[in-house]
Formats: sequence, C-alpha cells, structure tokens
Amino acid sequence: MKLLMHNMLSSMGLQNVTVGFPLKIVANEVKDISVEFDKKFMKRIISKVDWNALRDTAAQFGVKLPTELPNGNISDELLKQIHGALMEIEIIEGKLVCPETGHEFPINNGIPNMLI
Amino acid sequence: MASRRPEHSAPPEIFYNDSEAIKYTTNSRMIAIQAQMSGRAIELLALPDDSPRLILDLGCGSGLSGQVLEEMGHTWVGLDISRAMLNVCRSRGSESGDILLSDLGEGVPFRAGAFDGAISISCIQWLCNADKSTHSPVQRLYRFFSSLYSCLCRNSRAVFQFYPENGSQIELITAQAMRAGFTGGLVVDFPNSTKAKKMFLVLFAGGTAQQLPKGLTESNDNTVPYSSKREITGRGQPSRAPKKSRQWILDKKERRRRQGKHVRADTKYTARKRSARF
Repeated sequence: MKLLMHNMLSSMGLQNVTVGFPLKIVANEVKDISVEFDKKFMKRIISKVDWNALRDTAAQFGVKLPTELPNGNISDELLKQIHGALMEIEIIEGKLVCPETGHEFPINNGIPNMLI
Repeated sequence: MASRRPEHSAPPEIFYNDSEAIKYTTNSRMIAIQAQMSGRAIELLALPDDSPRLILDLGCGSGLSGQVLEEMGHTWVGLDISRAMLNVCRSRGSESGDILLSDLGEGVPFRAGAFDGAISISCIQWLCNADKSTHSPVQRLYRFFSSLYSCLCRNSRAVFQFYPENGSQIELITAQAMRAGFTGGLVVDFPNSTKAKKMFLVLFAGGTAQQLPKGLTESNDNTVPYSSKREITGRGQPSRAPKKSRQWILDKKERRRRQGKHVRADTKYTARKRSARF
C-alpha cells in the first residue's frame, strides 16, 4: 500500500463511523521503491490530498514535509519530496486502525484487507 | 470456463481462486478482450485532456485493466474481492497502481471527491447475485453506488463494462445507480452482433448535464438500408391531401364529377369550417 491510497482511504463502511479518516498505520514491513516522477500528476494531486494527514503519516516514515502547503507555485524540490512520500513508500505488512472504532484492517503482501 | 456464467458456479472470491486467477491472467484471448474493453471504457470516461489522473478500477482482478490505465499515464487504485487475483496483480508488478481487498457491496471506502473517474470491467454483474443469505442485491448495489458517487469528483464519470444476464438485471443495476444520484445510461457497442456486442453503463457524477455517448456500430457496407416499397413505386396514393382537409374535399368532388355524379359547384363556401353543432 502506498501513502497516496492511504490518504484517500476511510473506514466509513463500518457501522457508527462518521468520518473514519485518517486511518492509523501500524507498519511491520516497509519497502522503498522507485517510481518515475510525474510533475503534472503531482501538481494535480496536491489539490486532492489531505495535507495534514499526509504530513503526519509521512513523518512516521521519516519524510519531513512543511506544516502548511505553500500558496502559489510549489518548488520542484518540494514536489519531488511529496512524490517520494506518496508513491515511493510501500507498506508490505502491518495494519490500518480506524480512528473512531479501533477496528483493525490487516495488510498482507502489500494489500490492505478492508472486508468487513 | 466452468460454465457460460461464472456467477452461477460460485461467489467471486471462491470462483477466482489461485489456479483460476493464473489461468485467467495468462489466457491471451482474455488479455486481448480485457485490454480492448478497458481502452473503450477509458475512452467513454471522456477525460477533458491527456493529463494524468487518479482513476478507480472497480473489480480490478489481476490488473489487466490497470495496465491499460498505466499505459495511458494514469495512476489508479484497484479494488477486488478475490485475494488470489490481487496476489497475481502484485506479482505482475505495477508502478502507478495500488490495490485493495474489499467487497464492493459493502461500499467503496474512500473520502469525498477522491477520484477523477472510475472504470469497471466485467464486474458488476456479480453484485446482482446474493452469495450469502444475508445479502440483498438491491441494498448492496445501492450501498455501492451511493458510496461511489460521493468519492468521485463533480463532473466525472463512472464507466462499467458488464455482462447482464437479462433485462431485469440491467434495470436493477440502473435503478440503484439513479437512486444513488447518478445520471447517464446504457451504451451498447455492436448491438447486432452476438459476439462483438458489449454493454457499457456510463454514469455521470453530478455537475453539468451531459449527453450520453453513442455506441459503436459496424460500417454500413454489407447491409442494405431498409426502404419502404411505397416510397419507391409510389403506388396506392390516390389522394395526397390529409383526410377532410379543404384540398381533400375539392379532390373528392372532382372525382365524383368524373364519375358523372351530380356535384355542386365549388364556391368560396366549399370546405368552410362549420361550427360544432353541425
């Protein structure tokens, strides 16, 4: 699972969950992969990601992102950092925890199991 | 294949077990068909330009459709209920794709406005069957479509290539999609060919009203256009005027004069509109 998907995932399928975002990641095995940097895509995805969730989750894996997303033009260097956080950290084994109910979704072979 | 309709043999997570998953993914015919349908579905998404987008692949299976999305430069997130198929997908490797094990009938677990579009190849007919006694296909379809609607951007589309068993399945699926807020409808490619016929449910997620795209048809070279015999020979058209109109009345009077009958002269009062009590 990459952090891009994690930034979109919510546990609202569960009962009694209002927001269910962001899910807490407990990672037992993480892999660093190399993915081609697509500047156009990064610029587009910036407007979609929940910045606070991304910043906090990336910090968990050693990527330090600024507290606030800068207004106006974003430097290439920052875009590359964001790309690294979103696309190049692969969580192989671990679990996702719902912030409201504590329900755990296991991650095996890089695939989170969201079956209820 | 075990039968013509796999959903009659077993639920998808059981039907697509490890051996079936490998068979499916290495079958060259399957690969070709899936690639073609994926390409057509992406075309029907009508993305405004060539820039890379985040697309949802519902029922991604072993990643055959995801591969087409990647080749077009998009980043995708795939969902499937069969762990075996997803494991094959992982082993094939994917740069821009990420996958998730989930049951579409339980909903699509993403936050609002996450995706620029969604495709689904040969999948949603599986939602029409109740694989467990607790399943209600209507509820599952509604849950699926309403959660999908919320996680799509405004003005984006969801395109589903599927194999409906019959008309009532089409109605069932379409009704729940409309109930969830989608507009759109069915697009049929090659409707006259049993082999080539493909059905795509094209749904619009809010925004400005859009026109449903046209289905593909064969070229007209080997078909003769139907034309009415009457148009060609023009026979059987004694009076061209519509019945009871002034012209018709004048023609009728002329006919009767030719027959030698006694007919009053035509005056300015002929075929005058009379009041209702006549």
